[in-house]
Amino acid sequence: MSDKEPKSVTGSAREAVNRSRAFFHKGQLDRDLSEEMESHLDLAIEDNIRRGLSPQEARRQAMIRFGGVMQAQEQQREARGLPGLDIFMQDLRYACRILLHDKSFTLIAVLILALGIGANIAVFSVVNAILVRPLPFRDPQQLVWMAPAASKCGFSCETYSADAYEEFQAMNHAFQGVAGYFAFSTGDNVKLTGSGQPKPATSIWVTANFFQTLGVEPVSGRLFLSEEGRKGARPVVLLANPFWRRQYAADPAIVGRTIDLDGTPTTVVGVLPDRFDFGSVFSPGTKVDMFSPANLDDMRDWGNVLALVGRVKPGVTVAQAQADSASVLPHLYFNVKSADSMGFYKKPMQLMTLKEYVSGKLRPPLIVLWCAVGTILLIVCVNLANLTLARAATRTKEFALRLALGAGRVRLIRQLLTESLVLSLTGAALGLGIAYGITNFLAHQGSIALPMLSSIRVDGAALAWTVAIAVVTAALFGIVPGIKVSRNDVQEALKDSGPGMSEGRKHERMRALLVISEVAMACVLLVGAGLLLRSFLRVLDIDLGFEPSHAAAVQVDYDDGHNANSGERRGTILREMLRQVEAIPGVESAGVVDYLPLDHNRSWGSPSIKGKHYEPGELPGAFVYMITPGYLRAMGMHLQGRDFTWDDGPKGEQVIILNQIAAHYLFPAGNAIGSMVQMNGADRRIIGVIQDVHEANVEGKPGWQVYFSAMQENPVGAELVVRTKLPPQTLAASVMAKLRELNPNQSAAEFRMIQQIVDHSVSPRRFFVMLVVAFAIFGVMLAALGIYGVISYSVTQRTQEIGIRMALGATAGRVQLGVIGNTVKLALIGIVAGTAASVVVARGIAALLFGTAPTDPVTFAGMILLLGTVSLLAGYIPARRASRIDPMVALRNN
Amino acid sequence: MTESKLDLLQGTLDLMVLQTLSVMGSLHGYGIARRIEQTSDDSVLLNQGTIYASLVRLQHRGWIAAAWGVSDNNRKAKFYSITRAGKKQLAKDAMYWQRLSEMMGRMLNMEAGE
Repeated sequence: MSDKEPKSVTGSAREAVNRSRAFFHKGQLDRDLSEEMESHLDLAIEDNIRRGLSPQEARRQAMIRFGGVMQAQEQQREARGLPGLDIFMQDLRYACRILLHDKSFTLIAVLILALGIGANIAVFSVVNAILVRPLPFRDPQQLVWMAPAASKCGFSCETYSADAYEEFQAMNHAFQGVAGYFAFSTGDNVKLTGSGQPKPATSIWVTANFFQTLGVEPVSGRLFLSEEGRKGARPVVLLANPFWRRQYAADPAIVGRTIDLDGTPTTVVGVLPDRFDFGSVFSPGTKVDMFSPANLDDMRDWGNVLALVGRVKPGVTVAQAQADSASVLPHLYFNVKSADSMGFYKKPMQLMTLKEYVSGKLRPPLIVLWCAVGTILLIVCVNLANLTLARAATRTKEFALRLALGAGRVRLIRQLLTESLVLSLTGAALGLGIAYGITNFLAHQGSIALPMLSSIRVDGAALAWTVAIAVVTAALFGIVPGIKVSRNDVQEALKDSGPGMSEGRKHERMRALLVISEVAMACVLLVGAGLLLRSFLRVLDIDLGFEPSHAAAVQVDYDDGHNANSGERRGTILREMLRQVEAIPGVESAGVVDYLPLDHNRSWGSPSIKGKHYEPGELPGAFVYMITPGYLRAMGMHLQGRDFTWDDGPKGEQVIILNQIAAHYLFPAGNAIGSMVQMNGADRRIIGVIQDVHEANVEGKPGWQVYFSAMQENPVGAELVVRTKLPPQTLAASVMAKLRELNPNQSAAEFRMIQQIVDHSVSPRRFFVMLVVAFAIFGVMLAALGIYGVISYSVTQRTQEIGIRMALGATAGRVQLGVIGNTVKLALIGIVAGTAASVVVARGIAALLFGTAPTDPVTFAGMILLLGTVSLLAGYIPARRASRIDPMVALRNN
Repeated sequence: MTESKLDLLQGTLDLMVLQTLSVMGSLHGYGIARRIEQTSDDSVLLNQGTIYASLVRLQHRGWIAAAWGVSDNNRKAKFYSITRAGKKQLAKDAMYWQRLSEMMGRMLNMEAGE
């Protein structure tokens, strides 16, 4: 090595460089050294001969003066390379050899680790995507969700009118900008026409400044201009990235071209980036294909239609913005045209960060999920500690020998830690693969109503997390056996003849303790999963007010002319449509509604009794639905009184149907049917009362609902609902064919099962329950494996003892009972400890439960039964083996 | 062998090697070892083999350089020579040792009542 290196390199830095260089050139340097030492000895021998010694004596003297050759080599190597790394490499090689030798142990350990670590990475990725990662917008911490304080009338109470929006934007001081979107769009609300069969697509109206406010830049083209949100503007549209790729094969030339939307030529002004996923932020579980500027001038008389998002000025806190909005709120008009509508918004505007709005509600369940998966990892660690301990016991002699040969205790622990690190890193690599599969699967579950789901992926943070938990896991399950082993008495171990002798009660007690803690943790997992599962079953059991199975819905298109005679015309069209659809074999009943329950909703002012005084705010807003005769039957709703008929047209008496809550509030005496109420400025007769329907969510309480005849009020859309005894899918083709026959412009809309809509609504709960239950099952399996391992091991250890006892007359049954007794003892202690812990944990997750007490006796009893049975099974196998021990063989075997 | 003893020995040996090379010029490992033994009148109990750890260390720090060559009696051997950085280091270390030994000498000659 030359010394011509720059002088600025200090001695120690240069040494470090040289040392690491030397690490990689061991072979050559070693050869160099032995050659040098050889020449050293030759020179010495020659010198000695010259001084008159005989050749033998000369050589002997030279060797003496030189000292130990091996030692000198070792010293030189230490001085030249990286001794720490050398030892590690040595340990690594040894660990790999040992692990490859013990294939079944390695396989089981790696598999367990892979599952445990994989589950952890997957959940971490979910938590990271939903809770941790900032929203994919510019300076997302400045974005706030602005809605009236929560109440029970769905979207209409979470939104503001176009006038209020404009006034707010003009009067506030805290915001850089406020944007909004039309909250009442349904899926597939526009038809892409012009090339063959009309294609349904989902479009959302957004205020012209929407994307600028969020800080989303188009990948090509431009965003909306402010004048494009005014009356008379040329129709324009921005495409969502997936739709652009799917429909136009990512053709960049689409920008500037005109496409036909509902027969209107519309210019594509730009394409949005892939990472902007409107659905995953604002409406989980739905896909949006395109955006058009909301025409505020058109919307002024539509009431509360805009959901608002604001961007606060830099340095303004949410609380300051809140105060600002509180001072603006009393000056907002519901509709500028009516002067007395100033101060219409009584409920305070509640601001929260957009992140909080999107994922705040998911924090508790996700944290529970994270804890569950963390518990799994702990169980995995305990299990492996146990396995390693058992293995260490059989390796006692190996360790004792190494200690006797001069290995330090630290060196032994280091060796064991290296082994566990190899195991856990291998497991982690495999687990990473599992997690990758899971996250990939989840990211494509468009039907799960969880925000940011599509952005779930194993990213750099997840990789770092993987390495961290792999190392911590290795330390956890490597250190216990390591310390245990290094404390063994060398003398004892070497003297001991190995199996047959009781190799220390302490060892056994340690393993029992580990198994007990495993059982206890499995207990907690089982109780948590059981409670959540019971809650989920309760949710599924809820009477929704309609019968979701055996019914399906499809969006239908018709043209009623949009004029004064529309009601009449609509009646004629729909009546004919329903007559023909009901004639299809298999269709039991059919009807049309504008908004399906659990899908979309809107609400108006509530019905009231004429002349009666109500306090302001006393009557909640009512969900309104425009329906045809037959709809209630097709949905399987329960009606008292009569359904609408085709005679309830525009010229007939104005009639409505109320739900029970509304009817009961207005007419506590129960005489609602036949009575008159006022609603939307007209007197209407109540012809029926319907059982409450869960309109906005499954788990909440229903609000007020009012049903109008589709001929007497204007519906916003049309969903055809058919009920059948057959599986509903079988009707899809014939119903679609019939609709197309009636209306050639009918778009190829999706034939949706009503059950699917319900499933979508409970999908977040289902998601959490499935995961937690899967973890619990895994936990129980690990606990069973732990019990099996310990009992089986103790049977092997006591083969001789059992042999002697059997030789002395103990029956097989007696031996079995003894072993099973041991098992039961372990399991019982674990279950008792676990039950105690479960009581605490169950109280912690009480907020996530539905209709299930945290102390639900069925869950606890089930858990005890299941764990007891599993432990008995795990103990029974070794017990049977014990009872089959042949005393002669066992005794001879010493 | 505890670490503190080893450290002292290491430092001492390194210094001896540097000094030897500085005085003798280019020398092979055996020559260095012999020279140290002779200079100390064989009062240093040196396993000659240990010198190689010292040599590689000094080489890594850039204080000495090495090259294969041929000895006077035609044997292939690795020859070491001190570098400029090595000379600087030697001066520094020599100063330190001088001060240390002077100080130790004074301490050990301390008399009562001073």
